[in-house]
Amino acid sequence: MNNAKAIRVDLQIIADMIEPGARVLDVGCSDGQLLEYLVKEKNVRGRGLEISPNGVNACVAKGLSVVQGDAEEDLGYYPDNGFDFVILSQTLQATHHPDQIVKDLLRLGKRAIVSFPNFGHWRVRSYLFFKGRMPVNESMPYQWYNSPNTHFCTIKDFIVMCDEMGVTIERSIALDADGQAHRIRTNLFFANLLGEQAVFLLRKD
Amino acid sequence: MSIADTANNNPYEDDFPTQKAILGMDMPMRLDCGAELSNFSIAYETYGTLNADKSNAILVTHALTGDQFVAGVNPVTGKAGWWSIMVGPGKPIDTDRYFVICTNVLGGCMGTSGPAAVNPETNEPWGVDFPVITIGDMVRAQALLLDEMGIETLFSVVGGSMGGMQALEWAAAYPERVFSCVPIATAATHSAQNIAFYEVGRQAIMADPDWCDGHYLKAGKKPRSGVSVARMAAHITYMSEAALTQKFGRRLQDREKVTFGFEADFQIESYLRHQGNSFVERFDANSYLYVTRAMDYFDLATTHGSGRLADVFKGTEIRFCVVSFSSDWHYLPEESRVIVRGLTGAGANVSYVDVVSDKGHDAFLLEEPAFERVMRGFLEDAARKRGLIDE
Repeated sequence: MNNAKAIRVDLQIIADMIEPGARVLDVGCSDGQLLEYLVKEKNVRGRGLEISPNGVNACVAKGLSVVQGDAEEDLGYYPDNGFDFVILSQTLQATHHPDQIVKDLLRLGKRAIVSFPNFGHWRVRSYLFFKGRMPVNESMPYQWYNSPNTHFCTIKDFIVMCDEMGVTIERSIALDADGQAHRIRTNLFFANLLGEQAVFLLRKD
Repeated sequence: MSIADTANNNPYEDDFPTQKAILGMDMPMRLDCGAELSNFSIAYETYGTLNADKSNAILVTHALTGDQFVAGVNPVTGKAGWWSIMVGPGKPIDTDRYFVICTNVLGGCMGTSGPAAVNPETNEPWGVDFPVITIGDMVRAQALLLDEMGIETLFSVVGGSMGGMQALEWAAAYPERVFSCVPIATAATHSAQNIAFYEVGRQAIMADPDWCDGHYLKAGKKPRSGVSVARMAAHITYMSEAALTQKFGRRLQDREKVTFGFEADFQIESYLRHQGNSFVERFDANSYLYVTRAMDYFDLATTHGSGRLADVFKGTEIRFCVVSFSSDWHYLPEESRVIVRGLTGAGANVSYVDVVSDKGHDAFLLEEPAFERVMRGFLEDAARKRGLIDE
C-alpha cells in the first residue's frame, strides 16, 4: 500500500517475511511500531508481549493486543503452535537464555523471525581490537556494566546455535551500515564482517 | 417487565430517584445456594443512548461498596458519580458513543433486593434470612435485566475490584453475550488474605450487640461500631503504604503532641474514624456481610471448569483488557497475571497493563492518565471492530 507509514528498515525486512492474514506474536514489541504496521498493512491477527509499562501503554492505547510481561517468564503460558510467526526483534541479546527462547518461539509458532545486532561487525571487532574496550556505539549504546545486553553474539555464533539445536534457517539476511540487505548464505565471512544487524527466518524440522 | 418506582421498602433509600426492574415474576431465579428468588428488584441507572441495533451497551459493574450512580450526580450524596473520571460525555467510556448501564448488585442496599429489603412473604426486612448470594447470582440477575431491556449482547463489561469479578463471571457464564471485557484491579479467585480481611470486618459487625443476630432493622437498631470498624479495616487495604505515608505520615490531628490516651492523636486515625462513621450512614451492615461473602466464594476456574482458567476461556472470542496497579496489595498485580496467563493459554485476544501507580487499590477510581489512555484506546479499537466507529 502506498499510504503505508514507513518503518525501520530492519522491521520492514521482518514484515516482508510475513504472509498476509497470518497469526503473529511479536515478543518484545516495544511501542508496537512493527505490530501496528502488520495489523494495518498485512491484516495479520497480531499479538504482542512487552516488558516496559510505557511500551505496553502505547500499544494498548493504539488498540493493539499486547500483554505486559517478561518473555522468559511468560512464553511458557502460551499454547503450542498458536501462531504462524513469532517475532523476536532486537531482543535476543537481552535474554538470559537465548537458546531456550528460540526453542520457545518455535514451540509457539510454525516459524520464528529473530533479529539481533551482529557482534561480529568489523567496527565492533576493531573497537575491541584497537581500543581494547567493550564496544559502545549507536546500536550498542550501553557501557558493559549497565548494559541489558548480556548475550551478544555474531551471525556465525547464531548459525552454529541453530545448527546444534536442529533448527532450520529458511532465510537469513544481513543489513550493512547503509541499510542494504545481503543474503548471508551467499558469503558468510563477509556478511559476518559487514552486517550490522541480522534477520533470520527459522522453522523447526 | 415492570420497571417502576416500587414502594420504598429499604431504609437506606430515602426516596432517591433511580430506575428499577422487578425480575423473577414469571419464573423465580435460582441462586447458587439452591434457594430461589422471585419478585426481586434490581435498581439501575443508564447513561447515553442505546443505538438502533442495540450494539453499543456497556455494563459497568461496581465494587463492594459502590452503587448504580456511576456518572452524573449521585442523588443521595449530591456528589459526582463514583466513576465520573471514566464515564461521561467525552470520557474514555464515552456516553456520547456508548449506552452505559450500571446496576446495584444483588445483595446491595441501594434499591436492589438484599438483606435490608422487605421479604414479600413476611412483610418484614429480610435481615440474615436473605439467601446467601454469589458473584454468579449477581451476574445472572444482570443478565435477566438485559433480557428485559432487549439487549442481547454487551459491547463491553467493565469493572474494578468486585466489579472485575463480575466482568470475568460475565465472560465465563455468557461468552456469547459479551464482545469485550475489562477486568480491573481484580482476581479470578479470592485469596486467603482477602478472605481473612473480610472475615475481620464481618466479625466486627456480628460482634456488635446492635447487630441483634442479623435482625437489627426489626429491632430498630444499627450496628454502627461494627460497620465502622469493618470499613476501617477494609479501607487500609485500599491504600498503599506509600500513599498512607505521603498523605498522613505520623502527623498529629489538631494537636501539638500526643495525648497519652486513646483519642485520635494521629491524622490517619482520624481519617479512618471518619471513613468508618460516614460509611455507617450509607451502607447496610448485612449487605456488607452478604457482598463480602459473595467475593469470598468467587473462584472462577472451579465454578466454570476443572480448576484451570485456560479451560474456562478456551475458544473464547471475547477481547479482554486486564488492568492492574503496581502498588495494589488488595488484588495484587500477580493475581491479574494469573488471569492473563489463563487467557493466553486459552488463545484469547488479551491485552494486559500493569499501571505504575503509588495509589494502591483505589488507583482505579482516581486520576491515572496512563490508565485512561489504555481504556480509551482499547474501547475505541473494539468499537471499530464492532462497527460503532467507522474504520
